[in-house]
Amino acid sequence: MNILTGNDLATGDVIWWTGEGWSIHVDDAVDVGDKGAEIAQAETAARRVNEAYVVDAEKDENGVRPAHIKERIRALGPTVRLDLSLKPADPTAGNWVI
Amino acid sequence: MYQYDKYDQAMVDARVAEFRDQTERRLSGQLSEAQFRPLRLMNGLYLQLHAYMLRVAVPYGTLSSKQMKMLAHIARKYDRDYGHFTTRQNIQYNWIKLADAPDILADLASVEMHAIQTSGNCIRNISSDQYAGASAEEIADPRPLSELLRQWSSFHPEFTYLPRKFKIAVIASATDRAAMRLHDIGIELVKKDGEIGARVFVGGGMGRTPMIAPEIRDFVPFSEVVSYLEACLRVYNRYGRRDNKYKARIKILVHEMGADEYRRQVEEEFAHMKTLGLDPPVAELERIAEHFAPPPYETGLSDEIDLSDRDFAAWVGSQVAAHKAPGYAIVNISLKPIGGIPGDASSAQIDLIADLAAKYSFDELRVTHAQNIVLAHVKKADLYALWKALEEADLGTANLDLISDIIACPGLDYCSLANARSIPVAQKIAQRFADIDRQKELGELKLKISGCINACGHHHAGNIGILGVDRKGVENYQLLLGGSGAEDVSLGQITGPGFDENGIVDAVEKATNVYLANRTEGERFVDTFRRIGMAPFKEALYA
Amino acid sequence: MLEFYSLRDGGDAAELPAVTLESFAGQSNATAVRIEPGEDARELLPFLDRVALVEVNFPVFGDGRGYSAARILREAGYAGELRAVGDVAVDQLSHMMRCGFDSFAPDKPLDPKLIEEAFSRFPGRYQKTIDPRPAVWAQRHG
Repeated sequence: MNILTGNDLATGDVIWWTGEGWSIHVDDAVDVGDKGAEIAQAETAARRVNEAYVVDAEKDENGVRPAHIKERIRALGPTVRLDLSLKPADPTAGNWVI
Repeated sequence: MYQYDKYDQAMVDARVAEFRDQTERRLSGQLSEAQFRPLRLMNGLYLQLHAYMLRVAVPYGTLSSKQMKMLAHIARKYDRDYGHFTTRQNIQYNWIKLADAPDILADLASVEMHAIQTSGNCIRNISSDQYAGASAEEIADPRPLSELLRQWSSFHPEFTYLPRKFKIAVIASATDRAAMRLHDIGIELVKKDGEIGARVFVGGGMGRTPMIAPEIRDFVPFSEVVSYLEACLRVYNRYGRRDNKYKARIKILVHEMGADEYRRQVEEEFAHMKTLGLDPPVAELERIAEHFAPPPYETGLSDEIDLSDRDFAAWVGSQVAAHKAPGYAIVNISLKPIGGIPGDASSAQIDLIADLAAKYSFDELRVTHAQNIVLAHVKKADLYALWKALEEADLGTANLDLISDIIACPGLDYCSLANARSIPVAQKIAQRFADIDRQKELGELKLKISGCINACGHHHAGNIGILGVDRKGVENYQLLLGGSGAEDVSLGQITGPGFDENGIVDAVEKATNVYLANRTEGERFVDTFRRIGMAPFKEALYA
Repeated sequence: MLEFYSLRDGGDAAELPAVTLESFAGQSNATAVRIEPGEDARELLPFLDRVALVEVNFPVFGDGRGYSAARILREAGYAGELRAVGDVAVDQLSHMMRCGFDSFAPDKPLDPKLIEEAFSRFPGRYQKTIDPRPAVWAQRHG
């Protein structure tokens, strides 16, 4: 699937397109098919996202998993500071990015 | 250290106001990201992997306690309670909000700091020797010239849109603690016929095409340094490549043109520049130098240190360097606890170091390119109390220049350019060699890790260097051996095929075993490598 | 919004047809010339006495060769109009002025208020370049 990501213009937070808006949780991301560039352009113009781009991902029962490690680290947070990641309570969260 | 006068303060204040305007224009949609990007970069604001990142300049690595306190305040108020000291002697914050950035710059300006030109294709923060003003071997303090050049390079109207970024280092000793010849311009202060001036090297750098800068001029008098650098930069601005960003650094120009032809063109331009009255009067350098006058050392102090506490003795043996004043010492504070993140410090640690600098080191401290902190003027009689305070804050690690004193870039944990993570590799290597006796047995061994070819982690200059690459979406690590960023500067050579994350830790261990088996009396790792060459290492690594 | 801005007395755009640097030497009646980023401004120096307008083109703002071209011309004594054209935004104006540009013809019109701010923003200069205001070091030492 193709998912759309970028950063919140004001806060810089990593965000994912949910079909209706943006979420900081990659599991909320939806398949944008071939509409990614179109959505990105509109959302950029509305200043709801900065530097948006489409990435390849897979979805299974565990959630959405971007194809590239860089996007997985963006989705989680720094693996060396899991306390600052989106899964601060899970000491094994870093394994997901590998 | 240098203190702003009304002119300096007015410049940084104007910059804050300008960036506040630009940020408002961006947030209100008057500026597109394409228009805003170069403006924010000129103020050190990147969009990184997780958020905006702000790189704050620490000119030539020198800070006052008050400035250091402000760095802690910013970490606490605007970031997530920590900062990262970098190989450019700067500090970076990883979790900045765009709307806060103007306020942060205003806070910085209130203590005579800024983030000007910490990114962009301009002259970047000038780096220098962390032992400046304290080492007995320097021929002069390199910081007055560094400050003169900070001012000259700030808002330079001709050299703000260069082909690529431009880094300058200034040193003043035969010992090079600043990787001087791996800079676009490296300046070594030298004496000629009783006069101190600049020996100038141009065209060094790391990145994807590492090069050691050739000497372009053996001596430039202080009274003409600005003209000379204007000439060096003008030739680069006009003829540096702009067709390919990977070939745009000055090292490529000097290499393709040849050092002799580059020198000829610079001399021609210099002859012209000298006639234009561009150089500040010598009185200006003298005015700046007054700010760097030696602190009021006490006299009649003893050089004795009570080393009866073994742990303290080990720390002194590792972290303390000779000072030019009797009874004083230079103290290196390690930001490399075993298993920690190289260069990271919490706001509490930053505050503590600031307080210790105020109490024990004339209110002043330094950031090193190896991502440690230096208190340059500590009374030997105070070392024990200082060490005790550092120990309590996990800052008492005794590993300077040992294998666990690793330089590592932020890597793929933070950086959007990275191909692989650097920090976890640094942590695993440090843990593998956690035994301090084992580290000491290996002796001086500079290990440097970059998470991509841009080489922020100085891997080319590591006795052992590690380069993270992306192999079909999987992190892979190449090993380099034999580099040095010191006065015996050399570039590391790649051993062969790369390794995975655990494999690279094993490979480092194997390389150290080859060294231990082959070294002769007094040889450091890099010496043995230079003598026996790559073959025995390759054999052990790929057998 | 302004499509042209001049710091020169009078301030109107000189409507002279600018020819290429290459053809300028051979066209003895030409008085305006346009310099592209890769061209050597010094080739113009023998002809300065008949030049009334030099346009320096900035196809993209990030290509800073035009700043050197401008300063070289001013250092050689050129006193005619020196115009920055192309990808010129308010954020570059002050630096351009300090390299000797005295008129601006940007691709995208500029907000006059922002132009005023751009020229008045920075109170000092750390370098002596082309603009008449003294460098900070000169102010410090009288």
